[in-house]
This record gives sequence, C-alpha cells and structure tokens, in this order.
Amino acid sequence: MTTVHSYLKLRKDLEQRDRSLREKVVSLEEAASFVRDGDSVGIGGSTMSRTPMGLIWTLMRAKRRKLICSRCIISSDGDLLYGSGVSEHIVSSWFSQGILWGVSKVMRHHVETGKARYDEWSHMAIGMRFRAGAMGVPFLPIRSMLGSDIVKQRPEAKEFDCPFTAEKLFLVPALNPDVALIHVQRCDAYGNAQIDGLQFMDIDLAMAANRVILTTERIISNDQIRRAPDQTKIPFFAVDAVVELPFGCAPHECYGIYEPMFRHMEDYVALVNKDPVAGMEQYLAKYVYGPKSWTDFLNLIGIDEVLAAARAGASIYDA
Amino acid sequence: MMHNAGYTASELLAILSARQLKDGQVVFAGIGIPLLAATLAQRLHCPGLTILFEGGVVGAFVEPGKLPPSTNDQRCTVRANMVLGSAEVLLLLQRGYVDVGFMGGAQIDQYGNLNSSFIGDPAHPKTRLPGTGGGNDISSLTNMIVAMKHEKRRFVEHVDFITSPGWIRGGRTRSESGLPVGGMFRVVTDLAVFGFDGETRRMTALALNAGVTRERVQDNTGFNLDFSPDASVSEPPTAHELSTLRTLDPGRLFIA
Repeated sequence: MTTVHSYLKLRKDLEQRDRSLREKVVSLEEAASFVRDGDSVGIGGSTMSRTPMGLIWTLMRAKRRKLICSRCIISSDGDLLYGSGVSEHIVSSWFSQGILWGVSKVMRHHVETGKARYDEWSHMAIGMRFRAGAMGVPFLPIRSMLGSDIVKQRPEAKEFDCPFTAEKLFLVPALNPDVALIHVQRCDAYGNAQIDGLQFMDIDLAMAANRVILTTERIISNDQIRRAPDQTKIPFFAVDAVVELPFGCAPHECYGIYEPMFRHMEDYVALVNKDPVAGMEQYLAKYVYGPKSWTDFLNLIGIDEVLAAARAGASIYDA
Repeated sequence: MMHNAGYTASELLAILSARQLKDGQVVFAGIGIPLLAATLAQRLHCPGLTILFEGGVVGAFVEPGKLPPSTNDQRCTVRANMVLGSAEVLLLLQRGYVDVGFMGGAQIDQYGNLNSSFIGDPAHPKTRLPGTGGGNDISSLTNMIVAMKHEKRRFVEHVDFITSPGWIRGGRTRSESGLPVGGMFRVVTDLAVFGFDGETRRMTALALNAGVTRERVQDNTGFNLDFSPDASVSEPPTAHELSTLRTLDPGRLFIA
C-alpha cells in the first residue's frame, strides 16, 4: 500500500541524474518522452493557476496510460486526465472544475462508477507529503486530519504518539513523484526557474521529484538569471527538460501574464457536465487530438479571448 | 430568490456572517460567501481584518468587481501584505496565528461536523463531492465560522462522512481525537445563527433571523435543535450593508 521509497533508492536515483550545467531545451513532444506509462506524476500550480496544461495536453496526445497524478487542488486538468484515459488514479485535496461550476460530473462519473480512484488528503497533508519528499525523510507529522473520516480512507498514513510530548500526531508519508510537471513565467536554458506570485507547492514538488519538466512562458538568458539570483525558485540541477511554451496554462491562468479564459472554461464545463462521456469525447476530439500544435489549440480558443485574458492578467500590476 | 425585504438568502448570509468578524482578527477564508463576507467586513466594521487564503495569501484586500474564482487565483493577491507557498500559509493555522476559520458547508450535523466528501456509503458513494481542500486543516486548527443555506437535507443528525471535524461526537471527543484546540464556533444560515453548548457541544440557536419562527428553523433541520433561553433576533441587513455588498459583487458571482 505504502509508496514511500527507501532513502538509498532516492539517493541512487538522484546520483544517476545528469546534474551538470547544460542546455535542456526540448520540444513539447520530446518533453512528453520523459514521462513513462505507470509513472507517478506531480502536477504544479493549483486549481486554475499555473497549471502545466500544455504538458498534460501533450501526454493525452501521446496516449500515456496509468499515470498516478498528484496535485494539491485539481481542476479541469483532472477531468481531462480521467476522460482521456491517461490516469485512473488522482491524489489531491479537492477535485472539481471550480467552485463556480458545482461538482464536476466527469470526476463523479469516473469515481462513482469505479472506473477511477481519487485519494483524498487534506491540503496541508499534500503539502507536507511533498515537503517530506523534498527533505529526504520518509514522513512528516501534522496536527490535522485526526478525528476525521478521511483518516479511515488513508491506511498509508499513521496516527502516532509523540515521543516527546505524548500528543497524538498524524504522520503523512513522503511523496516523491517520478516526474514533476511545472509551468513557470521564466527560466533559462539550464532550467533555473523564476516564479512570480503564488508559488503553491512547486518548489517542494520540484525538489521531491526524480525528474522535472518545465514549461515556461519564455526562456531568458543565464546572464539575466545571474543578475537576480534571489528570484530563482527552482535550481537548474533539479530540472531535466525545458520547453518554451507561451500561454502554456491555457485555458487556466499564469500569474501576472493571463487570467483564466472564462468563456472557454464555461463552454468546456457546459459540454462535459451535460454528458461526462460524450461531451468529453467531443471536447478531446476538437481541442486535444484535433489541433496540429499548441498554437493551433490557442487559435481554437480564439485570439480575442486569449488577449482579453492577457489584458486582465497584466492588470495585477496596476493595483 | 428575493425576500420581501428586498435581499437574497445569499446576501443575508454574507451580511450576518460578516458581522461575526471583529476588527484586528486574522481570518482564514474559503471561497464563495466566506471570501465575500470577510471582504465585506473589511469595508464595514473591520478595516484592520487580516484575510488569509489557502493559495498563499496574507492580508488580502480583494477589489470590488474583481472577485477571484477560487482562493488560488491571482486576484486574491491584489494589495496583499505577503504572498507565500500554500503549505506555508496552511502551517500558520498549525502554529496558531489564525483567530478564525471561515468556510461554507455542504452538509453539517448536530456537532458541527462538515461533510464535503461523500453522500452515501464512501465505498459506493451516491455522490462523490470535491473533498476537503483546506477545510479539514482549517476546522482542525481554529475556531470556525460556517456560512451555509439552511435546508433539512444539509442539516442532518450525523453527517455521512466527517471531512472537516467539528465537535466529532460531542463532549470531549474532539480533544480526545487529537484536536486539543479550536472547534466549531458559529454556524450562520439564512434562518438563524447557531453556537454550540459548552458541555454537550450540540448545536444551539443563539439568534433567529428577522421574521423567522422557531418552528420554521426546526422544520428545516434534520435533528432536534436546542434554543438558547435568551435567543435574540438578528437585525435585518441595513441599506449600507447591502449597497456595500453589491458593490463588491456587482456580477452576483457569490450572491445570486
């Protein structure tokens, strides 16, 4: 049941990675080859923010299967992972498209029919699982989840009496994904990544994972990174691949650059919540398998909507 | 749905729950009515209210007409004091920096336990709900205010599943479960405001909303309610409260 890796395995896996200062820029399609069927995949961002949607879109097109996906809060990206058959197992604290749209019919369909599994943890528990993974320890203690029924669903975590105070604590197991997918505003060709605004759990996720794929709004020079090293949130030696992908979170948001593309989200939700199977098939055919490229997908969302989202996104700096 | 008095149930909920907050408090707010009510309190009697959001925001000051669609969107960060990681802001709950947790609820029971995970048997659920998000952490570690619509199917004797613990099974069961601090403090509905008995930890009506009878509250509740002997009547929303609220949410995102 438990998925905690031995410390020696973690160290050995890391030792085998090429951690030298080298260029790692690849195409979106090449980046997908860093994810293998059956991998445990940590997804960066939260809800509709800084979702690595371009990578998820590419994994759907590449027909990856049986990925175990973890994300602190998962939105329509979770729907798509279930609906496309890429994942039958999602680990999160909250799973729906967004509070504006009620409960996701896609999530409900897959979980209630037993087609897929949704493991629920508290939000802080997910954070402490990635943090334990990033720290190289097998677990961390927390003071929530105790007394709730979520505990009964999670035999892989343990109640424990503190050896110092005798208080009851809850031990959550480290989560060290095989691969992390993270979208950032800027990084260099080596993978030194700058994140503006809300960073969610991305730094712990990057340090916990055994491979990290970055998509970025733009690639900047290493000189630009070195001029402001305090802005670097993920170090190059944790990163294995870099893809330049403008609007790489569409139709979700990227802090300071674009807000969510609400018209597309509304249309998506109306389609899949009306019929979580046929509606999803229709969406996938048109927006995932149909386009020739990510740019082609953005064209389908529409230049007017993309520009409106960009205008709203940049307005964060006007306040 | 408009009351005769000219406000919706959601508007009433937002205003009555905003009144529960005190200036100078640190409040951890969920999306929907809690975010809106905390922001409303900031514009009314709590200019020094510090609002935290699980996306990693400390000291939010949400702009009128730009309500965020979740507590993880960039709109939450406008004019905030600090932006940090989600785990870091949740850990503030655990360390004890937060006075009040403030959430909505799908299903609640007589001991203030909240369910946002499963309707029916969790092994074969009739409905799989989205889950806890930060709700379990907030309710485990702070004094909680919950704002929710008052319906019989939502106010049940025992929730199908305890996602976010209140007083668990009453008495001392919360602290015995390993939760020595916090607990359910107030439940604000479109019918009444509730607290919890200091011994039994059962839900007790503290104040009825204007124009609401005890019978109506009981008829809309799935368990036997206690009424405080000195139960009062809440003042209806004032014109100033309503106009301030409507300025914050002109698109009626959360006050439909």
